[in-house]
Amino acid sequence: MIAIVDYGVGNLFSLRASFAKIGVETTVSGDPDLLRAADGLILPGVGAFGDASEKLRASGLDRLLCEEAGRGKPLLGICLGMQLLFEESLEFGRHRGLGLLHGKVVPMRGKIPEGLKIPQIGWNSLHFVKPSPLFAGVREGDFVYFVHSFYASGCEESLLAVTDYGREITAAVGLKNVFGCQFHPEKSGEVGLSVLRAFAQLIGNPGRASAPSDYPL
Amino acid sequence: MITKRIIPCLDVKNGWVVKGVNFAGLADVSSPVALAEYYSEVGADELVFYDITASSDGRKIFTDILRETAENVFIPLTVGGGIQTLGDFERVLSCGADKVSVNSGAIADPSIIKNAAKRYGSQCVVLSADVARVGGRFTLFAKGGRVNTGIDAVEWIKKGVADGAGEVVLNSIDTDGVKKGFDLEMLRAVCEVADVPVIASGGAGSVSHFIDLFKTLPGVDAGLAASIFHFGEVKIPDLKNALAEAGIPVRRV
Repeated sequence: MIAIVDYGVGNLFSLRASFAKIGVETTVSGDPDLLRAADGLILPGVGAFGDASEKLRASGLDRLLCEEAGRGKPLLGICLGMQLLFEESLEFGRHRGLGLLHGKVVPMRGKIPEGLKIPQIGWNSLHFVKPSPLFAGVREGDFVYFVHSFYASGCEESLLAVTDYGREITAAVGLKNVFGCQFHPEKSGEVGLSVLRAFAQLIGNPGRASAPSDYPL
Repeated sequence: MITKRIIPCLDVKNGWVVKGVNFAGLADVSSPVALAEYYSEVGADELVFYDITASSDGRKIFTDILRETAENVFIPLTVGGGIQTLGDFERVLSCGADKVSVNSGAIADPSIIKNAAKRYGSQCVVLSADVARVGGRFTLFAKGGRVNTGIDAVEWIKKGVADGAGEVVLNSIDTDGVKKGFDLEMLRAVCEVADVPVIASGGAGSVSHFIDLFKTLPGVDAGLAASIFHFGEVKIPDLKNALAEAGIPVRRV
């Protein structure tokens, strides 16, 4: 069973639905016992880093996530959830992250050419840096959907894929059992579903091909 | 490289997709869920569901359809129509919407933009504006284009972005339904004041109109249309191929 960590941040509807679509059972929970019992953890997140890390700390889930990841449990952070895996963020001040991966989260402002809008909103292509089981169903250049104003920097150790937004921007990271996607796999069509399916396979849940349309046109 | 987005818009009434020509003369096209799945499969980058129901029964049907769509379609989904309160945001977000588009609701209560951006994040708040020329000025209209507010549309959009709207949909009433191309003059004026993504709506009749749009106005991020997609006059794979050949970055599936 995969548990989607519920700590009061973000809309979890699509994430739950996308796992359901590929035949992988999930539970959405903030209950420590349940999260400890899960075979894999998804850390979602939308919004401000400071708020989110504060919520994780207040609920004690920060320690739980570090302990479970330290025991080898597969963990996938998505969007802000990926950023939280790093040591710190410079989003509106300086905030401590989980420190599961080396690197920090920095603003795009000033780092990308003038004329490119911030946030980056839309579909951009993935370019592999290192092979990863997470990309079992992804091809070089496949498009995924991004919405973000900050990005992970100084994370060469875990860098798996980048995207080009006026400069190379961290798109996916992974080190041993800890993974992260800056993009939204639950909003990235078939490519995104294949990333979630690959994560499920890490915990021995093969899922299934997404169901064909019930509505032929 | 970030791609230009192609966005079909589904106007939904009593559980069916309709399309108004100049906002009048509605005709059923298809099941919204089926159409959404079809568009996702052929490469639409995003979908807009617009609820044009007035009754509370209709609202319920709409949210049921929205939920069923979001359980089956995994591209960004924007919902608009009848969004007047934060409660309306909550209602559609909890049924699977990713972004919520406010139009007349923001005219009635402009604080909704700031409040929604604060609660759900700017990425969630889309300011949709119906605009027409009145005495040579771009003027904001309310209630589906029926009521002239007298408000300067460019100033309105500038303020909406400053308040936290994360994207702008500009629908030109002057070109809507006419199929002679997007309103490039109006869009240019909006691009000059909006540093967030601008989505062009109203006037697309052919593939070449999308090429003109993105070639002429690099500041426009997406093109939105309804009937030309619903009736198959422009097929999304053909459109994407033509855009790519014209040197415009697009995502092809």
